[in-house]
Amino acid sequence: MSDVYDRVKRIVVERLGVEEAEVTAEASFKDDLGADSLDVVELVMELEDEFDLEISDEDAEKITTVGEVVNYIQSHA
Amino acid sequence: MAMWDLTGKTALVTGASRGIGRAIAVALAEAGADVAVNYAGSEAAAAETVKAIEALGRKAVMIKANVGKAAEFENMVAAVLETFGKLDILVNNAGITRDNLIMRMKEEEFDEVIETNLKGVFNGIKAVTRSMMKQRSGRIINISSVVGALGNPGQANYVAAKAGVIGLTKSAARELASRNITVNAVAPGFIGTDMTDKLPADVKEKLEKDIPLGRIGRPEEIAAAVLYLASDASSYMTGQTLHVDGGMYM
Repeated sequence: MSDVYDRVKRIVVERLGVEEAEVTAEASFKDDLGADSLDVVELVMELEDEFDLEISDEDAEKITTVGEVVNYIQSHA
Repeated sequence: MAMWDLTGKTALVTGASRGIGRAIAVALAEAGADVAVNYAGSEAAAAETVKAIEALGRKAVMIKANVGKAAEFENMVAAVLETFGKLDILVNNAGITRDNLIMRMKEEEFDEVIETNLKGVFNGIKAVTRSMMKQRSGRIINISSVVGALGNPGQANYVAAKAGVIGLTKSAARELASRNITVNAVAPGFIGTDMTDKLPADVKEKLEKDIPLGRIGRPEEIAAAVLYLASDASSYMTGQTLHVDGGMYM
């Protein structure tokens, strides 16, 4: 968990310019971390590259929080 | 002038084997860019464009693809990224005509023109967005037409596509502005190319009378507007359509 979580956290911090402490598992990208829809698309693209997997548009739409992304990556990587 | 310099930039021009597309490809190379030359059928003509770019001391590569097919456009962009390492400028120029009066126009004639001239632009924007978003810069220039603004009898399909390009340009400009990608259009008037050479002499003569500047334009005059939109000189402009038509539309 921790390794994936740390890598996701690093990318979210870089991409959205938020504080590390804000990137909790429950944090919602749009509501808590100030991401707009383009930011989310970009995050997905970057996570795909980082973890070398493909997140379908359908799945990407369902992911709203940091924890959900981490779970998704762990179950698909 | 440094503002117009494209040294170190890379570009992809669709429909660059002949006409306006070739003039654009050569103008970008003259300004210092390496250029990927897309063509659909005219391989020999595309090779001529490549030669003209290489004669300017720039790199050129020719890639065959039907821009109306999303997968072909994506493969083409992947090939450009592999060859040049990045893509800074996309010029969506490829276009076809299937002129007919609405009453006689076949469904295929309508669909073919929409697929190449409108969907082809969408495919292009979509295919380059990922890499341009990542590098936080990019220039997309779409070639519309004066008839997209004025309408033209016998060209309902072409006009619908070219007017569509203007709306598509504005939407893409709004979506991508926050990533420093500008999206603009150029709407040429009547320009001397193979496409307009097909017109009968009397039609051309009448056309020239309707052009305030009194003559048909040259491909290089369109290329100059594209160069402006591809360069730093236009850094504060997005979502616009430049009408380069001798004053036909104003």
